Amino acid sequence: MEASSQSTFEVDDLRVERQGNEILRSISFRAAPGELIGLLGPSGSGKTTLMRSLLGVQALTSGSVKVLQSAVGSASLRGRIGYMAQGSAIYLDLTVEENLEYFAGVLRLAAMEVERVMAVVALTSFAGRLASSLSGGEQTRLSLAIALLGSPPALILDEPTVGLDPILRRDLWRTFEELARAGTTVLVSSHVLDEAAHCARLLLLRNGALLFDDSPAQLLAAAGATSYDVAFERLIEGVA
Amino acid sequence: MSLRRALLTTRRILQQLRHDPRTIGLLLLVPSALVGLLAWSLTNDPGAFDSIGPRLLGVFPLVVMFLVTSVITLRERSVGTLERLFTLPLTKAEFVAGYAIAFGALAIVQSFLVSVLSYTWYGLAHQGVPWRISVVALCAGLLGTAFGLALSATAHSEFQAVQFMPAFILPQLLLCGLILPVSQLPSALRLLADVLPMTAAVHAIAPFQSNWYYVSQFAIMVGYILVALIVGATTLRRTTK
Repeated sequence: MEASSQSTFEVDDLRVERQGNEILRSISFRAAPGELIGLLGPSGSGKTTLMRSLLGVQALTSGSVKVLQSAVGSASLRGRIGYMAQGSAIYLDLTVEENLEYFAGVLRLAAMEVERVMAVVALTSFAGRLASSLSGGEQTRLSLAIALLGSPPALILDEPTVGLDPILRRDLWRTFEELARAGTTVLVSSHVLDEAAHCARLLLLRNGALLFDDSPAQLLAAAGATSYDVAFERLIEGVA
Repeated sequence: MSLRRALLTTRRILQQLRHDPRTIGLLLLVPSALVGLLAWSLTNDPGAFDSIGPRLLGVFPLVVMFLVTSVITLRERSVGTLERLFTLPLTKAEFVAGYAIAFGALAIVQSFLVSVLSYTWYGLAHQGVPWRISVVALCAGLLGTAFGLALSATAHSEFQAVQFMPAFILPQLLLCGLILPVSQLPSALRLLADVLPMTAAVHAIAPFQSNWYYVSQFAIMVGYILVALIVGATTLRRTTK
């Protein structure tokens, strides 16, 4: 029980139904501080719904979800989970700095924190640029910077590397690894399977059910495959 | 509720508009231009602008503010910034108050502009108190904002929000006394018209009424503003299905 009382995420028998369809079926897992977890699965498998459930913005059908030892949705959790949604969720008609200043203000953070997160995502030289004039990758980095404000103990990142070039992807994964080493629990969804290798632990979703929960090496072993693509296909299609 | 977070939101909304000068221009100038057009069109009928003009001062700000508010808040929802805010320590009341204060400030400038232009350039010679007309124009702008916030909570797209305009605004326009005095409407419609916010705006501008009459019309408008803001704040959902 000692270990579970320190979990960042504690999900027990979580079910979510939408209009009679089961989106998540009996999901259970725990995540400890400092874990870098990859959430993989085909589109429509429930990745986003699971992430939104951890954030408290998804109506749950049954089961229990605790984040940082508090029931999900409780007011004390607001601002303690950094969130980056699919699609950037930034104000396109504000500058980079104005975006960060607003969210930092809501979180009661000092101006220095805005400078810090701009540096982390290498947007300092873009501070005065309107978000609408940024490239897709730069908008993604701004969205990530907002999620990093205040160094929250948990980060939930929904497809943060989609549409980015390989160099930028590599840099972002380095950032995630550094954050995890510093004790942040990082949950990253992706459908780029090679990115799986960056994570110490993988959760594989199929049709709303948790199909696999172990290390990347175990994924290859379980599927009897040498590449993540093949291992993923075999598990998803139920061959392995 | 923290006034600080509400005002932060207000500042953010005004910053957004500052980067969009065309919207600000439209917001501030369209009501003035419309009233000017009306004054010009009635040049050959002396006295007509004096009776119709003030009533429209209560109508145009409502329509303009309703449209702008409902689209901008809906965009906040569709882009995902609203969901992000709901994971942060910002309450629904603070969010709605932030919008109400931002657009309330714009409504003040808008109403000031339209009433000053009416009394000077457009040559309005109204038998009422100028400040009352400004306050009615301000209330009308706030009504538009408050209803825009309330209705955008129920709309699912910007397309739907725009369609609330004819469904919500036009019936009020028909019944508010602009076309036919409310007293000449069929009795059932008169009962309805008397409690509509736009009718109160038109009534509050009418000259030669008792103080009690004006107070009651302002009370109706303020009541609607408060109810719509509360509805707007309570229909926002932190969680979705």
